[in-house]
Amino acid sequence: MPRLSVYFVRASLIYLAVGFTFGGLLLANKSVLISPLIWMLLPIHIEFLFVGWLIQLAIGIAFWILPRFSQGASRGDERWSWAAFALINIGILIVVLQSLFGVQWLIFFGRSLEIFGLIAFVIGNWKRVKPIGM
Amino acid sequence: MPPLTRWFIRAALVYLVLALCAGVFLALPTGNPISGLFPVYFHLLTFGWLTQLIFGVALWMFPKYSSTKPRGHEWLGWLTFILLNTGLPLRAIFEPLNSNNTLSPYSGWMLVVAALLQWLAGLAFVANTWERVKEK
Repeated sequence: MPRLSVYFVRASLIYLAVGFTFGGLLLANKSVLISPLIWMLLPIHIEFLFVGWLIQLAIGIAFWILPRFSQGASRGDERWSWAAFALINIGILIVVLQSLFGVQWLIFFGRSLEIFGLIAFVIGNWKRVKPIGM
Repeated sequence: MPPLTRWFIRAALVYLVLALCAGVFLALPTGNPISGLFPVYFHLLTFGWLTQLIFGVALWMFPKYSSTKPRGHEWLGWLTFILLNTGLPLRAIFEPLNSNNTLSPYSGWMLVVAALLQWLAGLAFVANTWERVKEK
């Protein structure tokens, strides 16, 4: 597994653990009221598990297993995928800040970074979607 | 494919069918007869199906932990499977009951138990997988 995939997958495991922790608190809070403030964790729970866990894991595994090039850099220009890792994770954290502090423009900024990250990944790996051996 | 992966994937397929059935219920033209079903539908799909499928395939395909223990601590993998597949059904039963206020205070704690089991399933998976995510 390449180093960048290790980063992507380990980050996704961290989001899984934290997202599940928040999810457990939210579910328990439905029957045994711990605090009404726990509902503030709902958007963070969703963000961590959808973008942080599922999407990030898929990207990390794709970077690992998509066909490689037989000439030149085997995974193409990896800078695009490194940029994707940085942008997606900074984006997630900014979206979470919006959920905590309610500053509306932060969600626009955070989501934009996530989308730019996904676009960077697509650009960097588009040509790897090919028959093996080319 | 190792036996535990087969269990994960078959269970994931069962949850997919259950989730789609719940989805049909939610789309009834007469209205959804079971309140509290939507979060159950959502988690059957995202946790029971998607995440459980990932757990099973990761256990199978991720780099080996060691030559003697290729899939890490097998007991942690089985523990993950058991915790997930007791926690999620408990949730699927008690969350609609809870939202219909048909629970006694004692049985309300079943939802807390479900939350705890699902949380531990996630942590067990992370603990068993972390060391297998490594550079070659």
